[in-house]
Amino acid sequence: MWIRPVGARALLLECADSAEVETWRAELWRRREAGELVAVDIVPAARTVLVDGVPDAGEAAELVAGWTPRPAADSRDGDYLEVPTVYDGEDLSAVAELWQVDVDTAVARISGTELRVAFCGFAPGFAYLDGFPDGWAVPRLPSPRPRVPAGAVALAGPYAGIYPSASPGGWRLVGRTGMRLFDVHRDPPARLVPGTRVRLVPA
Amino acid sequence: MSGPRESARRDEAQWIEVLRAGGLTTVQDLGRPGWAHLGVPRSGAMDPYALRLANRLVGNPEPAAALETTMTGCTVRLHRAGTVAVTGAPAVLRVGGRAVDTGGPVAVPAGAVVELGPARQGVRSYLAIAGGITVEPVLGSRATDTLSGLGPAPLTDGDTLPVGPVTAGPAPVDFLPDVPPPAELDLRVRLGPRQDWFTPEAVRALLGTAYTIGSMSNRVGARLAGAALPRAVPGELPSEGVVLGAVQVPADGQPLIFLADHPTTGGYPVIAVLDDVLPLAQARPGTIVRFHGPVAGPIARP
Repeated sequence: MWIRPVGARALLLECADSAEVETWRAELWRRREAGELVAVDIVPAARTVLVDGVPDAGEAAELVAGWTPRPAADSRDGDYLEVPTVYDGEDLSAVAELWQVDVDTAVARISGTELRVAFCGFAPGFAYLDGFPDGWAVPRLPSPRPRVPAGAVALAGPYAGIYPSASPGGWRLVGRTGMRLFDVHRDPPARLVPGTRVRLVPA
Repeated sequence: MSGPRESARRDEAQWIEVLRAGGLTTVQDLGRPGWAHLGVPRSGAMDPYALRLANRLVGNPEPAAALETTMTGCTVRLHRAGTVAVTGAPAVLRVGGRAVDTGGPVAVPAGAVVELGPARQGVRSYLAIAGGITVEPVLGSRATDTLSGLGPAPLTDGDTLPVGPVTAGPAPVDFLPDVPPPAELDLRVRLGPRQDWFTPEAVRALLGTAYTIGSMSNRVGARLAGAALPRAVPGELPSEGVVLGAVQVPADGQPLIFLADHPTTGGYPVIAVLDDVLPLAQARPGTIVRFHGPVAGPIARP
């Protein structure tokens, strides 16, 4: 893990892989809960964890550098959520073709894999779900659709994602869910927070 | 316009009516920090000092919501008698057709029209109303986020907005210095987190040449034009969290400074981060920007 300065009030932890990101994400959230770290935002991403809104970036870097995170096996503290999914997406057969399997096998692969919210971004409540084996990554569409409906379940790169609201999007649509994933009247407002374990079960 | 606003109108004793919304007028408070891990931007007033001052001038708590205008001002009508104050970009203010001073509390009779003209200098004026704008908060904030769509939509002609009860009198001692925004901004930066994705020439260009704020700038970011910042590392950076004031460099090499409504993650490398974005709140397109600051490298874990 490397620590990079980000201005006067933030630092970026650069990790080797998604598993180390999750380990540090869980460790930093735990330390903040315990009052050992003051930070406004802790933002995991693909290979990094941003710690933003610290009183002093230099002091925070020294503090974090002295910590050893709990091993990954202990940090699987996320809630488990089954997302009922109707597998009828417009790009499902194209994904099956990319994987060189039939559509039923593609659905079994997606629904049979336990995924995990690696990070959120792009839009409020949009979660990047990882957990697919290497080699299942699919390219984005050559040009994004102008409108993807809310609840669309889609794949891009190594990730799965569910559009919380209608928006343009270039991910490959494999299905849809009626589950409401972002509601500002709930606490937390997003059902899929970093660390949440997810299965996209056939509805 | 929207459901919540209509129901609020019935429940509240006081409201304002938007007669002329202007080019971009939004409801702003101090934003919604602490939700970035869910993809929710911070948002909030571009000039939080001006917002706080406007609120103090009318007796509101500093974090109350007010209107943020953009260059073109706005016109509202108060349903009941109240107190307003305008801060930020200076502009002609008229109440009931009569010119009044900005930068201090102004008594407004019931039914009177408050006209805030175009900004004479700067970009954003703040119109605070005693009691504050009390649209329903979203994740603890009433701010309009132009990127994610959270909070009330930008105002349109004919909107009505609820105003809360007045809790205190106007502050008697506040002072508004009338300092015009400079034509050239000196912005202090710290290099990183991704300066190593750029050539040494790029770092020299960033710190040694002038940039101009482009006309496509908005609440999400200030787009700059000037010497391109060449990359030393080709390819895509995996998405990572970005902060207010990050100087991100898209594929065309022209830097972009992230402002209040910036996305929570980004995939272009950030060459440097500003210590303070406040001067950009009132910087018009065409303003010259110069960066200066210490050179910092990556810190290895001991």
